[in-house]
Amino acid sequence: MQAFWRDTVEFFPILMSGVALTIMVTIGSLLLSTVLGLVWALMRVSGIGILTGFSGGLINVIRGIPIIVLLFYLYFVMPEFGVTLTALQAAILGLGIAYSAYQAENFRAGIEAIDKGQIEAAQAIGMSWWQTMRRVVLPQAVKIVLPPYGNVMIMMLKDSSQASTITVAELALQGKLIASSTFKNTSVFTLVALMYLTMSIPLILLVRHFEKRAGRK
Amino acid sequence: MIELSDVHKSFGKVEVLKGITASVEKGEVVCIIGPSGSGKSTILRCINGLESYDSGDISVEGAKVDRDAASIVSIRTQVSMVFQRFNLFPHRTALENVIEGPVYVRKEPRAEALERGRALLARVGLAEKADVHPPQLSGGQQQRVAIARALAMQPKAILFDEPTSALDPELVGDVLSVMRKLADDGMTMVVVTHEMAFAKDVADRVLFIDGGVIVEQGPAKSVLNQPQHARTQDFLRRVLHPL
Repeated sequence: MQAFWRDTVEFFPILMSGVALTIMVTIGSLLLSTVLGLVWALMRVSGIGILTGFSGGLINVIRGIPIIVLLFYLYFVMPEFGVTLTALQAAILGLGIAYSAYQAENFRAGIEAIDKGQIEAAQAIGMSWWQTMRRVVLPQAVKIVLPPYGNVMIMMLKDSSQASTITVAELALQGKLIASSTFKNTSVFTLVALMYLTMSIPLILLVRHFEKRAGRK
Repeated sequence: MIELSDVHKSFGKVEVLKGITASVEKGEVVCIIGPSGSGKSTILRCINGLESYDSGDISVEGAKVDRDAASIVSIRTQVSMVFQRFNLFPHRTALENVIEGPVYVRKEPRAEALERGRALLARVGLAEKADVHPPQLSGGQQQRVAIARALAMQPKAILFDEPTSALDPELVGDVLSVMRKLADDGMTMVVVTHEMAFAKDVADRVLFIDGGVIVEQGPAKSVLNQPQHARTQDFLRRVLHPL
């Protein structure tokens, strides 16, 4: 146990630099996936055949490709087409795109849960499609969507570790580097696990809060 | 003011409107009665473009109703609609429901819309419920808020789609009396309803629709008291004497 504390003091600062990158990747890809997911979802419910088809197809393509392959593609293949990304950019882009498919399906479910009668009422007072979305549908859909959205946040935090496969020195990769150079596998990976858990706990509480709020309505 | 001429409409293979020709004059109250599935609601929904129609012509004050044209917005602001299931926005208060159209569609200054909104809620007897959310209101109160919301658009006509069918019987009266007041004030109204007493008292004209056609029409009292057509007689007998 004492050894563990000693190791903690020694490795903590290095691991913290990994935490910073983990948070950056998580927040970056969360924002990107939210925006893209919302765009796909709105296209899907737009009622315009070509947009619906396009986003439906795209979601399936994204869902069918493992995140790790998407990351390899962005980081190792895109340079051959003249698009060179830093590891961090590729990680945020890859995870953001990968998760946009799940976000889109979640948002779509939320949008479609809104009673059609309200949409007609909005149309009947002369609202445009976009006004109806912004004023009537989305404010209500948000409440439905938040609990699963919180779960996506937790999954993203953990899946940000996949960025390690394309050399982003986030928490998991820092841990692996320290472990392979010091052979203190137990201390290091216990510490890494605890750090992920520590970051997850506020998110878990947030989801619980969302669920309570959604349940009340 | 509202003109329908030979309007046809099918849902898939089922033709629900088989050539409807009718007109509603300014200030007139027209009740549409008939069995369920006869196409009554579809007529209303075609008039404000919630539903498209396959052939024929519908116009409001001379402007053709085409749900895919930009002009539909101006038609919808002139012809409000009140729904069977109220369709209030549950995340907004009664007052916010009422001012939604004026502020966001007609771009009225908010303060003005609020003032008018409060006056409208008072007019339907709900001044004290302005800040309450719809789920906390009874069905009858919700429907009256919906009527205030329709009025807030300062429409030239209001379409009522079975406005009391989803209400508990003891709440029907409040809604009907608000509607009667509107009629007395000269509002043009097209009302799909099963409330024969209301139709007899308030309507200028009654259209009896069955199987997608107007079977009989005329002054309310004569259609309801001395129906000429066998189908009208049969329908009225069943509605008025269900046992």
